[in-house]
Amino acid sequence: MNTPSLIELAKQRFPKAVSAWHTYRGDETVVLCREFLLEVARFLKDDSAFKMNFLMDLTAVDYSTFGKGPAPAFFASSGVAVSPSSQISDEDPWPGPPGEARFAVAYHFFSLVHKHRLRLVVPVEEAADGTVAELESVTSLWAGADWLEREVWDMFGIRFQGHPDLKRILMYKEFEGHPLRKDYPVNKRQPLIGPVN
Amino acid sequence: MLNDSFMTSRLDAALGWARKFSIFQYPFVTACCGMEYMATACSHYDVDRFGAGLPRFSPRQADVLFVVGTISHKMAPVLRRIHDQMAEPKWVVAFGVCTCTGGFYDNYATVMGIDTIMPVDVYIPGCPPRPEMVLDGLMKLQNKIQDQHTSGWRPAPEPRPDTFEV
Repeated sequence: MNTPSLIELAKQRFPKAVSAWHTYRGDETVVLCREFLLEVARFLKDDSAFKMNFLMDLTAVDYSTFGKGPAPAFFASSGVAVSPSSQISDEDPWPGPPGEARFAVAYHFFSLVHKHRLRLVVPVEEAADGTVAELESVTSLWAGADWLEREVWDMFGIRFQGHPDLKRILMYKEFEGHPLRKDYPVNKRQPLIGPVN
Repeated sequence: MLNDSFMTSRLDAALGWARKFSIFQYPFVTACCGMEYMATACSHYDVDRFGAGLPRFSPRQADVLFVVGTISHKMAPVLRRIHDQMAEPKWVVAFGVCTCTGGFYDNYATVMGIDTIMPVDVYIPGCPPRPEMVLDGLMKLQNKIQDQHTSGWRPAPEPRPDTFEV
């Protein structure tokens, strides 16, 4: 299976759910509306053309400060690290954050059958009062999503409906806040014992 | 009277000599410094030459707590409890820059030096420290143990600053 067809297949099957897509250096990404997440995920896992039986990674990004501060010196303004090699095809340049939503949850799928990969990016909005939209848990499809979703909850504060036991996995339960959010103060310390330093 | 003081002093020196060459260590290994700890313990550098070759895996039987590797805030109460369970006399070695100062982990998760949660006798910096540095630190600890005996110095009975309370 050649690479662009995965995006095409997903677009044909779910014209409403797929809001954007791109191929960056051969990595295919589909941006998905969050209401359709579980339906599309189940299809990607079971469909014979996809067979995404391995959830390699599940993580999140906080775009709330993206592009608002000075870029690190080694990043060009396009978001491309250092200078792109001309030997790697770059059909669509990296399009930047997926929409206006503050967060994006990324699912990295791999098919052990077809040896192909696909990334799902699901924008997650934050309301003005600070409540973050909830996603549906994919633990019913990939058991390995259990700890990954707990990590996303712990670090970013994005909840997953239907998760069997959504609690912190890295930080202790007395910890307040979500440390990988961009508005978590970089110097804030919450030690269990000892001085705050 | 002179005779008494002479005898006491020599006995302390002998005790110190015995103690510094029979260090039973408790390795609290959490991170990559553990590799260098193992290198020091194995035959090439052979920490047994200094009488510290037998790690005890119960704090009740240990004299020296080796804190090897980054300590997170989540783990700090555990480490503090291990330290409290050790019987006097006891010493603590901070092994590697993370245990000395937090190292480059200046973030929400990491204890900025274990001396914020317990008293430390010897600091061995390095990321990780070479085995030569570990042995140097060990010899400094031995000198300290010997000096504590020959000078009649004793640890204050359970010094507990407020910051050390669990």
